[in-house]
Amino acid sequence: MKAFVVALTLFAVLAAQLAVAETPEEKGLAIAVEKDRRDNGFGDFTAEMTMVLRNRHGQESRREMRNKTLEVLDDGDKSLVIFDRPRDVKGTALLNITHKTGLDDQWLFLPALRRVKRISSANKSGSFMGSEFAYEDITSEEVEKYTYKWLRDEAFAGQECFVSERFPTYKNSGYTRQVVWIDKAEYRILKIDYYDRKNSLLKTVLHKEHKKYLDQYWYPDEMFMENRQTGKSTRLSWKKYNFRQGLTDGDFNKNSLKRVR
Amino acid sequence: MKPILPILILILVLFSPALAHEFSGEISAEARLFVNDALQPGQKDRSSSLKFQGEYTHQFEGGSVVNFVPFFRQDSADSRRTHFDLREMNFVWVKDDFELRLGVGKVFWGVAEFQHLVDVINQTDLVENLDSEDKLGQPMVNLSLARDWGTVDLFLLPYFRERTFPGEGGRLRFGQVVDTDDPVFESGARQWRQDWAVRYSHVIGDWDFGLYHFMGTNRDPSFIQGTDDEGKPAIFPFYETINQTGLDVSLVQGSMLWKLEGLHRAGQGDRDYVAWTGGFEYTFFGILDSGVDLGVIGEWLYDDRGSFALTPFENDVGTGLRMAFNDVQSTEFLLGWTQDVESPARLVFVEFSRRLGDNFKLNVETRLFLSQPENDFLFSVRDDDLIQLEIEYHF
Repeated sequence: MKAFVVALTLFAVLAAQLAVAETPEEKGLAIAVEKDRRDNGFGDFTAEMTMVLRNRHGQESRREMRNKTLEVLDDGDKSLVIFDRPRDVKGTALLNITHKTGLDDQWLFLPALRRVKRISSANKSGSFMGSEFAYEDITSEEVEKYTYKWLRDEAFAGQECFVSERFPTYKNSGYTRQVVWIDKAEYRILKIDYYDRKNSLLKTVLHKEHKKYLDQYWYPDEMFMENRQTGKSTRLSWKKYNFRQGLTDGDFNKNSLKRVR
Repeated sequence: MKPILPILILILVLFSPALAHEFSGEISAEARLFVNDALQPGQKDRSSSLKFQGEYTHQFEGGSVVNFVPFFRQDSADSRRTHFDLREMNFVWVKDDFELRLGVGKVFWGVAEFQHLVDVINQTDLVENLDSEDKLGQPMVNLSLARDWGTVDLFLLPYFRERTFPGEGGRLRFGQVVDTDDPVFESGARQWRQDWAVRYSHVIGDWDFGLYHFMGTNRDPSFIQGTDDEGKPAIFPFYETINQTGLDVSLVQGSMLWKLEGLHRAGQGDRDYVAWTGGFEYTFFGILDSGVDLGVIGEWLYDDRGSFALTPFENDVGTGLRMAFNDVQSTEFLLGWTQDVESPARLVFVEFSRRLGDNFKLNVETRLFLSQPENDFLFSVRDDDLIQLEIEYHF
């Protein structure tokens, strides 16, 4: 009996130590996995996107797009972005079939020639439509795309947050690392600091005005990206979210790309 | 029988819940300056023109689409370049397991950059630009079946569109003006020969490919020397009936795109022939830590008819540099050079474009025809080096 109690005590102490001994890497990963679990199951959505690009002198330029996204459970999501403004690129569309690991598959539809062109998706760090968002900032979030390290807990924008670093595992990223603020209550990204290849702070994005959809999924209405080195910024607004529209794989192939309007 | 389709479309448009309908388009002003004096009487050294192209689209909730794309150009130098065309007037019926396209449409096939060899459905609107990227609307019925194992497209092409050729006042033409009033057809049905095409295409991983067969009136005419009604020497387009099989393949590997397109054609001239264009496009993304992408293009263009080929690209190497600045104005620059392997003939072109404000766009294009020997297909345009400026207004 006594031996049993000693053994139990020892076991409890060890278990407690194991729990305490969760490394910052394990904790960072656990946060990302939990966030991913909460984001899973939305199915599909359509939404309208507006980007306002602003340079150092305050001059503004506007972009309008429509987005269709289909969740793929065992791989990256599929998305179709159709451009409406500026008018000279109206009807241009980008089909992106993302993968959890390896390069994504991308096709571009050029309306003047009615041509669908396979394009290289290696351009992760390139500017999206001349904005401060890079392609890698707006493609589907997957746990496998980064390794993680929890840094600390702190309050941000009035909410208790986990603050973690994440390091891209995919090739051609423009970043050495990102520092991400995720609120503890709902696991929403509130802020990301992006560090460039020289490990200097390059950009900061703030996700604002989160709304809850389907009673479960939180999406921000606005993403404000500021380049900390050039002073340029881009405000990306999401409007008219419609979930579970019954989109299928057939809405995300070369044929569907040809008939987008 | 004929009015049933438009009436059906009208009924559908009026009584269907519309998802979106919209009118957009562009108006553009173009100036062309030819560096050298004209070789042929009547040709002008400069021209100006205005172009209008509109697009009305109406999308139904099920994804079906109606669209209407009228085009018109008014040109100061060449009366034949002043022309109207219905680029598109389509009804696209989209169901889960098929897509049916009825009306006048536009279809692009191919992967290469220096020429569009296998692109066969639409006729080239050659008066628009020598690069043959402008196409006339093609009447068609197209049934598209997308399946797990690939996509099959069936085309019935009930009416043939003749190629446009520059007139008396236009540059970039043969020494003689092509007599487009008296085209010669191999088929007794002339323009009403019922042409067809079938194409299988698929994507497997990093590979995209398509294979088709076309049987019908050749979009690329041969030419017949003769005399016109007044007994003057003339050159007539000769549209033969051909069988053409075409293939296009692309492979993406990281920043590299490999491309190949080729065709086998029977029925034009005395013997069958093959032609192909193949090469690569490699992009250096974000060169020198800027946001600028630099693409390097290399292609080999081959036609086994050799010096009898009705194209300048019977054995040529094309090299190109493409710069995309990825700036707010979407500035782009393209330098291209095709060099004949067996002669000094070469073509050099530069294209530059940049958005001005939100609605305007500037395009600058220059084409140089260098060292064209007398037996070259482009000998007659050897002095037609040009600079073209265009301002587009998009609405």
